[in-house]
Amino acid sequence: MAHPALAQAFVDNRERAQWHDKALWFVREKRDRMASSVPEWELLRETASNIKRHTQSRMAEYLEQFEANATKNGIVVHWAADAHEHNEIVLSILRRHSVKRLVKSKSMLTEECHLNPFLEEHGIDVVDSDLGERIVQLRKETPSHIVLPAIHIRKEEVGECFHEHLGTEKGASDPNYLTEAARNHLRERFCRADAGLTGVNFAIAETGGIVICTNEGNADLGVGLPKIHIACMGMEKLLPRAKDLSVFLRLLARSATGQPVTTYSSHFHGPQPGCEMHVVIVDNGRSEILKSPEFRRSLDCIRCGACMNTCPVYRRSGGHSYEATVPGPIGSILTPLQTPEKHNTLPFACTLCGSCTDVCPVKIDLHQQLFTLRELLDNKRLIGTSKKLSMKVVSGVMSRTWLFNLLGGIARASLRFMPRFLIYNPLNAWGKQRDLPDAPKQSFRQQYAERQKQKGGGKS
Amino acid sequence: MIAKAPKSSRETILAKIRAALPQSAPLPELEATGPWQTFEDREARFSEVLKFVGGQTVHVKTVAEADAHLRTLEPWAKGKVRCTMVPGLGDTTFDLKAINDPHQLENVDYAVLRGHFCVAENGAIWVTDDTVHHRVLYFIPQHISLVVPASQIVNNMHEAYARIRIGEHRFAGFISGPSKTADIEQSLVIGAHGARSLTVYLIDEL
Ligand code: SF4
Repeated sequence: MAHPALAQAFVDNRERAQWHDKALWFVREKRDRMASSVPEWELLRETASNIKRHTQSRMAEYLEQFEANATKNGIVVHWAADAHEHNEIVLSILRRHSVKRLVKSKSMLTEECHLNPFLEEHGIDVVDSDLGERIVQLRKETPSHIVLPAIHIRKEEVGECFHEHLGTEKGASDPNYLTEAARNHLRERFCRADAGLTGVNFAIAETGGIVICTNEGNADLGVGLPKIHIACMGMEKLLPRAKDLSVFLRLLARSATGQPVTTYSSHFHGPQPGCEMHVVIVDNGRSEILKSPEFRRSLDCIRCGACMNTCPVYRRSGGHSYEATVPGPIGSILTPLQTPEKHNTLPFACTLCGSCTDVCPVKIDLHQQLFTLRELLDNKRLIGTSKKLSMKVVSGVMSRTWLFNLLGGIARASLRFMPRFLIYNPLNAWGKQRDLPDAPKQSFRQQYAERQKQKGGGKS
Repeated sequence: MIAKAPKSSRETILAKIRAALPQSAPLPELEATGPWQTFEDREARFSEVLKFVGGQTVHVKTVAEADAHLRTLEPWAKGKVRCTMVPGLGDTTFDLKAINDPHQLENVDYAVLRGHFCVAENGAIWVTDDTVHHRVLYFIPQHISLVVPASQIVNNMHEAYARIRIGEHRFAGFISGPSKTADIEQSLVIGAHGARSLTVYLIDEL
């Protein structure tokens, strides 16, 4: 199913759609408070963007430097051209050590490579240890958000899931109680694991080490106990110098969840005594994106999720409607670039409001890229000449009525009920750079329907 | 030994990247960038932010005063398995040196550990693995205290990275507050997988 149909299904459950919208707006507001409390916020974004731009221009050199220094630190470095090779490398490390039980912390890359099902097919017990990820894993779902994997799930549903799998009391839905149950359940898994696998937030060329940021401490427990640590990274995670971290750590958590910094920002530069540490560097289409001047900056993404939290379409259509590992504005660029046939409707899941570009900590020109991508898809440059595919694109545009209807309705309601400062807040997509007219109480469509009804003739 | 993976993937990836090479762009000189945020009262800012993220700061003159305070903390008093890396501050109830497998630390209730310095802007404390027997001691105890010389508070992360050499430690990191999650309906819960509480002792004479 394409995005419009899935989005329609999500908004059909109005109560849930509104709750989802509010939950994300709450995170977005926390981000705004944090950003505005740092006087040099814009300078930080600019600097981060420039560091990334430089890194891209010398990516091969920095990767080689990272590899040489990591090797000196006793880390084994692997290279994977695609998802399949990545999965095979991980499996071969696990097999060599007869690993039966693997504990993972959050890694969007391994989601992208579908590592979990692959390992499970080969008899490995895989436990996701981030609380949100554990919830979606137990529910046999995928994360709907890159930072808040279970943002689409109500606490009552978590309660049901934990009752079934962890034996919590039936009907219990208190987040404190449920988190405590998960803590105890996962502690036991941490202690029994034969290997720990993590993602990578930043890899430092100059020192040959990696940095992993979490709030729960799950990555550190996951790799601190077993003898094997495998870290999987997309090649774009690279930074040249240790001090570049100062810029990125100031931006990441503030943009992601509105915290001053993540609880744990752990720097790994080698295995513990008697243990092994592996880093798998993955391409999987990234070098293709790097070729394109229009889209290469999408590789600068540090996966903070801010563009999702602010996106009016994401908030109201839910992460699963994108059917992509990374949803939201950045996912609507990266995913169609990697699989245009399957994801050609995503660049159209966007109002071009530009709010994503405004919040992005590394200043990716998200809405411009989305616009360019639409043109490419329309011109079929990206998806070849297949008629069937171009038809799908057309249907993607035409069947967006749900979006127009919904967004129109929200805009009208906002104008009437929202305090002025919310509408004219510089970060608010709807008020941005616009002198807004008085909102009509009814849309043209509603007015038309009403009139038809009064005439007694039309159907509403 | 470089890579165990087929050499070919390494070469292919690097060749592809080289072929795509975007136009060169300068690397920003961070020392010449700024000004970065500073604070008149760094300690006040640090304590305020640490409180905001769920931790507490206690400023005392001596180790003995910190020890007296620690003994009033319920998690410490109730904790059966305890250890300390700071002589005179708390106690160690088991033979730390005899532990050669980090799994044996699973039941630690309270650990008193060392931190090198604090960061005012975000309430973080820099810790390194050379002050503990096993790095997991920062994460596995039910509760922890970090002990830092009161004079060691920098303004921001730029000052922080200017004074550390991250490559010198196999493990090092910033810790800001107790472990937490908001994965269930965005409700903040303290005590996800790591410590359930963090008390930072700023000590004048350390
Ligand atoms: S594109 Fe920017 S805002 Fe979106 S997740 Fe990536 S870094 Fe964050």
